[in-house]
Amino acid sequence: MKKWISLCLIAVLLVGLCLTGCGGKKGLTLNVYNWGEYISDGSEGSFDTVREFEKWYQETYGEKVTVNYSTFASNEDMYSKISSGAVSYDVIIPSDYMIARMAQEGLLLPLNFDNIPNYQYIEDTFKGLYYDPDDQYSIPYTYGIVGVIYDANVVDEADIGGWDLLWNEKYAGKVLQFNNSRDAFGSAMYKLGIDVNTTDKAGWDKAYDELLAQRPLVKSYVMDEIFNMMESGEAAVGAYYAGDYFTMVDAQADNVDLQFYYPENTNFYVDAMCIPSCAQNKELAEIFINYMLSEEPAVANAEYTYYASPNSIVYTNDGYIEEMGEEAMEVLYPELGSFAGEYNKLAYKNLDSDTLSYLNTLWENVKIN
Amino acid sequence: MKTSAKIYSGIVFAILFAPILVLLVFSFNESKSLSVFSGFSLKWYRELLNDRNTLEAVRNTLILAASATAISTVMGTAAAVGINKIRTKWYKAVMNTVTDIPMTNPDIITGISLMLMFVFVGRLFGASTSLNFVTMLIAHVTFCLPYVILQILPKLRQMDKSLPEAAMDLGCTPMGAFFKVELPEILPGIITGAIMAFTLSLDDFVISYFTSGNGFETLPIRIYGMTKKTVTPKMYALATIIFFVTLGLLLISNFVDEKDEAK
Repeated sequence: MKKWISLCLIAVLLVGLCLTGCGGKKGLTLNVYNWGEYISDGSEGSFDTVREFEKWYQETYGEKVTVNYSTFASNEDMYSKISSGAVSYDVIIPSDYMIARMAQEGLLLPLNFDNIPNYQYIEDTFKGLYYDPDDQYSIPYTYGIVGVIYDANVVDEADIGGWDLLWNEKYAGKVLQFNNSRDAFGSAMYKLGIDVNTTDKAGWDKAYDELLAQRPLVKSYVMDEIFNMMESGEAAVGAYYAGDYFTMVDAQADNVDLQFYYPENTNFYVDAMCIPSCAQNKELAEIFINYMLSEEPAVANAEYTYYASPNSIVYTNDGYIEEMGEEAMEVLYPELGSFAGEYNKLAYKNLDSDTLSYLNTLWENVKIN
Repeated sequence: MKTSAKIYSGIVFAILFAPILVLLVFSFNESKSLSVFSGFSLKWYRELLNDRNTLEAVRNTLILAASATAISTVMGTAAAVGINKIRTKWYKAVMNTVTDIPMTNPDIITGISLMLMFVFVGRLFGASTSLNFVTMLIAHVTFCLPYVILQILPKLRQMDKSLPEAAMDLGCTPMGAFFKVELPEILPGIITGAIMAFTLSLDDFVISYFTSGNGFETLPIRIYGMTKKTVTPKMYALATIIFFVTLGLLLISNFVDEKDEAK
């Protein structure tokens, strides 16, 4: 009797598992893994990129494709998932330094540009970036430049212009500094004119002293909290990405007037579309990347994320320019001469483990002191 | 003394519920700001209903929670009945401890070890991807099971042991005695166990995070993914809805308990 019951239970369990496990979807599936809130998703009447791609694919190729869209919160999260070998994604959009690391570890597949004719819209100035010098593995999706954000109702116009503003004693208790070692040291090193990728410990020591000097002025060390603190006027000076500045302006309180400028030297980032080695349908992934580069989705994504797009059909698009406004265009797309030149010179690159651990020790001391 | 006791509990309740209240209020805010309330609006609730990815995540979460609850309730009931029947003292103690381990084990360790096991077994069978809905379901059953057992065991202990014996004396088969006499007696325990399993599965993040495969994104994972930029207020709207659903479930479970005690 007992055996009979357990057999029944086992049977029920197995049937249940099979039903859920084998109920696979028909047609093609494309697995996309992207940052959260990093694609136009149809909210507030915007363009629904994923659904429109499914529709477009059906019309063009006569086959049904289902896009499984998942999100991650940091490059490291994404990396640990992909490198565990337990999942399979066809398209991922990591940041520059992570692309360099993944390419080195053989986690990315070289792209077949015959399937991505829209790559022509990416101008030469965005090619040959340090993380993918031969442009084999990645196609840039967005880029951003760190600038200084300040509240014009508090900060004196005469004080702006450089990284000095974050060290200005007039605004003691109103300054925000990054709460991660790389960005915090970066701000000090750009201020002092030291190469942010140096392996020379003396350079890091100088930046360390500079951060210690800044410490009494700092209201708090923040990452995402910067949004609320700047919007509400709790803080008046902070550094962040240009695209995020517009998100803050959108939500600023009545007595706050946020403004933005680029200091002379500053950090750049690029997020780019790649195909990981675990991809199961490379050609479909390339078709998706090509679609992302075409006019309607590319413009919609740039408008949705507020980040600058390296795609020339976006930043020359009249509708886009009008939607963003003159000020935003100036902030997002500063005159650079050569993007690749500036980027390869100034952007953070992967540090060797010695320098990295030295940096982290110094950073802990900044926080403790 | 009395007023100080009141003040004390007032402070405790304020700290417990203020965050939920803030969330609730700002889910009706007209603008995106978390600091300025610019006017009442149902905009974010509307936005939520138009967000296909989030709704799909809600659907996934509910499917997962319902299946995990069903499986773990059946398995948990069987396990509790079995454990209760054990006569050897040390063996019973061992069984109790063993079932408690998944509950006391830190989530992150359960999550990582499950992921490693799934990857290992998947490789053994040559699968290129080993994480999917089923692995997530197994993981959720794993951590729900002890809670279900824990809810049912006391009910079994409270039950008069001579009841099923009497039923069998009067000609019931052991199966019949279980379904006709024991099951109705322990039903309140089963229901609270099921509700607990459901709520636990609903808001689990850590274990789900490690065992989720491609394309099956649950709500907690989706919200976590949004934290790179600011979390949009439609998530406040969603959290408000979830809060009231969970509150409803809790009320039901308390009601069941009370009815049971009144007996």
